[in-house]
Amino acid sequence: MKDWRYIIREQRGTLIAMALFVAMFAIYVTNHPAGFTLNVVTTASNKGVLLAFIAMAQTLVVVTAGIDLSLGMIFVLTNCLASWLVTGSPLETAFGVAAVLAAGLACGMLNGLIVIFGRLQPIVTTIATGAIFFGMALLLRPVPGGEVNQDLADALTGKLADKVPASLVVLIAVVLVVWMPFRRSLTGRAAYATGSSEAAAYMSGVAIRKARFVAYSLAGLLAGIGGLFLTFFTYSGEASAANGNTYTLYSIAAVVLGGVSLFGGIGSAIGAIFGAFAFRTIGDLLFVFDLEPLWQPLFQGVVLLLAVCLGAFRLLQIRNRLDYFG
Amino acid sequence: METNEAQPAARPLIFLARWFDPSVAIAFGCIIVLLFLGSLYSPSFLSPEYLLQQLKVASFLGVIATGMMLVILLGQIDLSVPWVVALGGMMSSAIVGWGPVGHALAIPFGISCGIAIGLLNGIGVAYLRIPSMIITLAMNAVVQGLMVVHTGGFSPQDSASAAMRFLATGFIVPNLPNAVLVWALIGALTIFALNRTTFGRAIYAIGNSERAAYLSGAPTQRVVMATFAISGGLSAFAGVLLAGYASKAAQAMGDPYLLPAIAAVVLGGTSILGGRGTYLGTVAGVILITLLQSILSVMQIAEAGRQIIYGVVIIAMMLLYGRERLRR
Amino acid sequence: MDALATPLFEMDGISKRYGGVHALRDAALSVEGGRIHAILGENGAGKSTLIKIIAGVVAADSGRMMLEGREVTFASPSQASRAGIACVFQELSLVPDLTVADNIFISDPPRRYGLIDRAAQRRMAEAALARAGASDIHPMAQIRDLPLSRRQMVEIAKALARNPRILILDEATSALTQSDVTKVFDVLKRLRQEGLALLYISHRMQEIAKLADICTVFRNGRNVATYEAGTKSDNEVVELMIGREYRHVFPPKPRPVPANQNPVLEIANLSWSDRLRNVSLSVQAGEVVGLGGLDGQGQRELLLALFGVLRGVTGGLRIDGKAVTIAGPRSAKAPRVGMALIPEDRKTEGLMLPMSVRDNLSFAALARVSKAGVIDFGAERRLIAEMMSLLAIRASSIDAPVGSLSGGNQQKVVIAKWLMVTPRIILLNDPTRGIDVGTKQELYKLLRRLAESGVAIIFYSTDYDELINCCNRVLVLYDGSVISELEGEGITDRALVASALSIGADKGSQAPAVAR
Repeated sequence: MKDWRYIIREQRGTLIAMALFVAMFAIYVTNHPAGFTLNVVTTASNKGVLLAFIAMAQTLVVVTAGIDLSLGMIFVLTNCLASWLVTGSPLETAFGVAAVLAAGLACGMLNGLIVIFGRLQPIVTTIATGAIFFGMALLLRPVPGGEVNQDLADALTGKLADKVPASLVVLIAVVLVVWMPFRRSLTGRAAYATGSSEAAAYMSGVAIRKARFVAYSLAGLLAGIGGLFLTFFTYSGEASAANGNTYTLYSIAAVVLGGVSLFGGIGSAIGAIFGAFAFRTIGDLLFVFDLEPLWQPLFQGVVLLLAVCLGAFRLLQIRNRLDYFG
Repeated sequence: METNEAQPAARPLIFLARWFDPSVAIAFGCIIVLLFLGSLYSPSFLSPEYLLQQLKVASFLGVIATGMMLVILLGQIDLSVPWVVALGGMMSSAIVGWGPVGHALAIPFGISCGIAIGLLNGIGVAYLRIPSMIITLAMNAVVQGLMVVHTGGFSPQDSASAAMRFLATGFIVPNLPNAVLVWALIGALTIFALNRTTFGRAIYAIGNSERAAYLSGAPTQRVVMATFAISGGLSAFAGVLLAGYASKAAQAMGDPYLLPAIAAVVLGGTSILGGRGTYLGTVAGVILITLLQSILSVMQIAEAGRQIIYGVVIIAMMLLYGRERLRR
Repeated sequence: MDALATPLFEMDGISKRYGGVHALRDAALSVEGGRIHAILGENGAGKSTLIKIIAGVVAADSGRMMLEGREVTFASPSQASRAGIACVFQELSLVPDLTVADNIFISDPPRRYGLIDRAAQRRMAEAALARAGASDIHPMAQIRDLPLSRRQMVEIAKALARNPRILILDEATSALTQSDVTKVFDVLKRLRQEGLALLYISHRMQEIAKLADICTVFRNGRNVATYEAGTKSDNEVVELMIGREYRHVFPPKPRPVPANQNPVLEIANLSWSDRLRNVSLSVQAGEVVGLGGLDGQGQRELLLALFGVLRGVTGGLRIDGKAVTIAGPRSAKAPRVGMALIPEDRKTEGLMLPMSVRDNLSFAALARVSKAGVIDFGAERRLIAEMMSLLAIRASSIDAPVGSLSGGNQQKVVIAKWLMVTPRIILLNDPTRGIDVGTKQELYKLLRRLAESGVAIIFYSTDYDELINCCNRVLVLYDGSVISELEGEGITDRALVASALSIGADKGSQAPAVAR
């Protein structure tokens, strides 16, 4: 019996994020003219999945007490690359997919190398690498265009066996294949230790550099998966700085909503995924309640602000003011 | 045996050591290198007119970077810069349409809007203990939403006041753009505040250890709130100047300033973790970034190339002197 | 033990410099299996650096280390760990957001298919905790939720889990309760019998007397003496450590303060959460009131409550007879109240380590040296010079970062910082923890002088000698309330221990027992 208390304590952020999303989605679905149908769920899933991948990526880095402000640009870069490579015969398409994923991974590895071996601060490093990645995206796609293997795209953005959204299945698959093994591995735990207390981790002989490097690299890979999916949705590549910045900033919002601490050491990608979906559902909720599009950005901002302030209620429980200071 | 006070002969050296931050020296060194490279490309690069023009352009970034530096010294960050800049520009222009009273109040009103947003940021960080990255991000989104509603989604049509235009483009001192004077004045006030006031000491202390500063009886919450308010006010003021420069505000006019502001502060030797940094360094960082952007556009390198070079140069310079110390 | 056997571990000619400071000069050490080897020395004598070199945390500049006759070097803590050296540090090496089991096996967990085997890890963690005498700790608890004394037990379990041949404890018992310390000693004695070599660093002479077989004294980075435990008197040992003659550890005991004056500080029925229950006390000007009792009974919380750091404190507070509410350190510092707190952890709560000595010293009293927010550098310099000579603070310059000073000098800076606001009430939260003997003596003298000049002092200490020799009265706390009050000659070792452990038949009653 006692064990359950400890498990809940460990996963509390994720559980809250899950509850938040379920509540919001329930409100959305009950007020939607079409109700809880596969189409509605598929559309919601497709819109949320992109942010979910970037949020997962951001979680990996944030958990090590770092931050990656270039994820949106990796997303855009891999999108542009995919619009060149992921076409043609099945073999060419497969090769294209592999190349795009490798590119995402390489971008992440570059971030990791500079932050770790250059010993530079993550915020400024990833701002700079973000600019580099964006420049490369511009080289690939000075104007929006390109194409993608439509069969693959439709398959992955449609419904699987007419029962579940394919994008959701891919998301879950990625969680099972990338996140879970990472979380349970020694390197994954080292990442958490590094974020929680780098000094203690060092004294305990934890492989800090390796953990950080793997975190940044996998983050790049996940952002690359996101970029690939964007190509499947839009059938094209576009080097949009606004889009990249938006996804970067929204990934931070999703991560925070998902119970991941920006100070490191606490949280799970699953929580961040729920956070991403919850954040996306804000826009949907506004649509369902018939609000003028002009007011939507304001509402999204206000809701974000309120959600962020909710965390302040924890403060009321703090009895010792020294606990305010991390 | 160690002594209580430094020997008389060593005092001037120690004084120098306090002010001589290697990263500031390297930043100025890089400026010289850039000027040299620029002059290779075109001889007019070193002409006084061109350099003053650069300083004028740098002033806008400089005003924003000043606020950003104060916030970063605290160990925080202000990501609401993009839309607070726009807020300042749009609100000050909007009120100009209210007749002579509006003309007079344009600049203070614009700045006050920024201070108000900054106060909200400050309350969130200091009293609600929300991480600055996320609350300023949320504020940015809210201000964007407000501005979208205000302009109806279109480009703002209001014009800037004569005073705004004068501040941005006029010449009180012959040949020296007003904007530079404004930046210099703000800079002087900032240097004074940081080095000679209790407020400045408190900022450094909080950046080093908020816990110890709190337990020493410093008014940590008020200092944090005030610093964010100042940052908001300065960002809005930059928006006012930019609107004066272009004679009107524009959608997303603040977007190109966020990342360069952060980069300028950090390249100037201010630690992103807080507690360490001098204003002179920020000045160097701002000039450095401005020169870099100028050179890249003068060389007519396409946007793609500019972005890549921009990123590579920042990393290269940080590798030169922005590295953390080796643990062992 | 066979005197001809090769020592298990040997160090020779080890030197280490940090900038201009020589932490170790040509240091030597010889450690044998099956013996408990105590290392003594003032702060700055090089003990911690020595241990860090053995544990692979830092690298020596020169010299060599031999393990079982073979030369070894450790480039990282994990290398030292693989060689069979385990270390329990003064600064804990536990990761706050991981569980106890995760922390115990942080570097080498049991694995299955390349991933961590949680079930096996948990079982092994329980075994390690049992070996350390700490089976009450749940392996799935998060370190962040455990009090300091439990965390230190986890540290010990973590060291034992690696089955080391050499176990090093660096001030490892400083936060432990008395009963924990006894348990740890039993564990250490058992390990000694199993053939482990044990290195034990502590400032607590009583512990060393009970535990050690061999002692080594370090001074100024060198090994100045090695002797069998019990062959030197305490006086001789301390003299070796500080290298100068001294007669008394403590200034003369305080004179009793007449009880008919108005108390400077008075609290009635102060309660907070479940950690403080109906605490009442009063302090006169010039009186030193000590807080005693087992660790973690609310002493620290009481000081924080007085200083305004805790929220939700109920009960009355009077300063000079007038009812007052203290909202936080800022109002506690104000002249109306005039309170100062020397906090528990000087590195994170008392000082801004990267900032200069000057900036740290003047920080609490900036209002005194500034007008309308603008600092008067001249006045600041004068005040600082005054304080530095008053407390004999040793620093290479006032512009040096305060983090470069020794522990004792750092603590002096903290105290000087507060003396600058000329407080009428001083609260001290275990001020001599981890401080060398020489600085301790200076602090005792300082406290005496302050009391004689009329300052009211509340002094929490985990050291019975300090309570006995420095205080007019001692309030013993148990479970958040005052269970007894000792005065003057009635403050003895026996009385303190008896009160602290007194649960007996009177547990229900709140009436304090006063012994004279």
